[in-house]
Amino acid sequence: MSTAAVNPSAPAVIEKGSSLWADAWRRLSKNRAAMISLFLLAAIFLSCLILPAIPGFLSDPGAQNLEMKNFPPSKEHYFGTDHLGRDLFSRIFYGGRVSIMVGLITTFVSVSIGITWGAISGYVGGRLDALMMRIVDILYALPFLVIVILLGAVLTPQTEKLTEFTVKLFAGSADTASVNEMRTTIEPFTTLVPLFIAIGALSWLTISRIVRAQVQSVAKLEFVEAARSLGLSHSRILFRQILPNTLGPIIVYTTLTIPGVMLFEATLSFLGLGVKPPNSSWGILIEEGANRMLSNPRLLLFPALFFSTTLFALNFLGDGLRDALDPKSSKD
Amino acid sequence: MFRNLIQRLLQGLVVLLVLFTITFFLVKAMPYGPFQQEKAVPEHIRAKVNAYYGLDQPIYVQYFKRLTNFIKGDPGLSLRLEGRPVTEIISQAFPTSLQLGISAMTVALCVGIPLGTLAAARKNSLIDFGSMALAMIGICLPAFVIGPVLAEFFGQRLKLLPAVGWEPADPRTWILPAVTLGLGTAAYLSRLTRAGMLETLSQDFVRTAKAKGVPGGRILVRHCLRGGLIPAVAYIGPAFAGLISGSVVIETVFQLPGLGQHFIKAIETSDEPVILACVMLYGTLIIIANFVTDLVSLWLNPRLRTR
Repeated sequence: MSTAAVNPSAPAVIEKGSSLWADAWRRLSKNRAAMISLFLLAAIFLSCLILPAIPGFLSDPGAQNLEMKNFPPSKEHYFGTDHLGRDLFSRIFYGGRVSIMVGLITTFVSVSIGITWGAISGYVGGRLDALMMRIVDILYALPFLVIVILLGAVLTPQTEKLTEFTVKLFAGSADTASVNEMRTTIEPFTTLVPLFIAIGALSWLTISRIVRAQVQSVAKLEFVEAARSLGLSHSRILFRQILPNTLGPIIVYTTLTIPGVMLFEATLSFLGLGVKPPNSSWGILIEEGANRMLSNPRLLLFPALFFSTTLFALNFLGDGLRDALDPKSSKD
Repeated sequence: MFRNLIQRLLQGLVVLLVLFTITFFLVKAMPYGPFQQEKAVPEHIRAKVNAYYGLDQPIYVQYFKRLTNFIKGDPGLSLRLEGRPVTEIISQAFPTSLQLGISAMTVALCVGIPLGTLAAARKNSLIDFGSMALAMIGICLPAFVIGPVLAEFFGQRLKLLPAVGWEPADPRTWILPAVTLGLGTAAYLSRLTRAGMLETLSQDFVRTAKAKGVPGGRILVRHCLRGGLIPAVAYIGPAFAGLISGSVVIETVFQLPGLGQHFIKAIETSDEPVILACVMLYGTLIIIANFVTDLVSLWLNPRLRTR
């Protein structure tokens, strides 16, 4: 901290930050569960994002083959086929792409709102702070899942308009065939937007409290005063000087938000209110599998395995990061 | 302290008002109205039906009318179930949900707190690692995975317990749904209890008690449990909220005749009075749960009282 106080310019902050990150990485790399989780996550995320993009590698996840219903695993179908003869292996990776995308984008939405809200509240203080925190208190007391379900139900019918808008935006004056083609590519993504908004709009509460507390404690430090005496603007002090010093808890909480959000997507899809067929996600695959567990337990087993492994790994990684970034918590 | 409690109660009322307003306008914003799909309905009949339910008035009039009726305790008639009073629907379905929620909470408390205490008492032992691994499983496996697996294993294979259905008088039918719903909460509770107990166990008065020769079990239960439970108790209020919302999922998995089913169907058909009544009921329960949590925290932690 002393270097930052003497020289409040950007390099000092980076220098202090790098040693903190190096320390944290050293502690994290000693944590075996966290490192295994990191590798597993990298493997699952990369294969879900890359495999569907390689043409011809995975069979079409929607292609039905009614002569091959509920086939056991084989060389053509690594995980076997489902009740409509669709290849489970490729369905899992296509579904995983949706689940992971929902997890990452929604977490981004929620963390962005949370950071902005908490930072402003903590930095400005006074009446505005009190008002903003009362709003958070009130939102906390709402039945979360219930409101997300409602919000999703309200927004979902709007996606058609969004699809048309996006198509118009990109297609311009192209001919009908290519416009239709574009529509089929865009549609799976725009139908997810209500989920991003509904979950993201309500899951930022905890992170805003964390950021507020952090900002309040950092804002009292000397280097902030120095920055102020140098005549830096408030927004520059807040976003360039204070926020980088609160990154640790933010990263930890972000890692723990992703599994929560993915669980939400899966729950909503399970209830028939999230991702809609023919698009699939891990939640939908699990729901279909649960319905046909007696006739073909693989349909539940494989998607649940991928989903749970991802959640496990994210939680272990989050715990590991917390221990690594917060030396106090690693003592016990 | 009393001022604080009254403040919390008033805040609860504000929360309910906000909740009512948000829900009302969200439902009104749903693009598919209750009668709009039936194209065969002639215009004059539709106008009559709309007038019967008061849907022809301007939205702010509807809002205040609905609000005053709710305050009087009359949520109106269901739009989907052809004029059945909402109070009747709720009084039939809600006992199941409440029973499920309470038995799940019992499971969570009976599993989570002893497990966490044990893990803290035998820190870094096999018991500690084992129970914390179990807690991680409880957090990561969603209820809609655990539910079908339990139903398959205990219901179909071993035939120990009924796999689906709900008999209010037969506790055997409650077990699987309650365990499924309570497991996640039990997992969080055990982690919080472990952390709280470790914190308390490291304090000076524990060392004094040990030096005086108080047996270990007595230190744990009589001296530490009260302080160590504070973080866990603070979580119980929000957890109860989670159990209530989560029961929507469990009711789908085990085909239970609870309120969650009505709620989901009401949303699919934008049955405004039923949606509003369900949301307000959930919200009220959560506020009561939070309030009781505050009271228990005050009782457990004397330091809060002096402030």
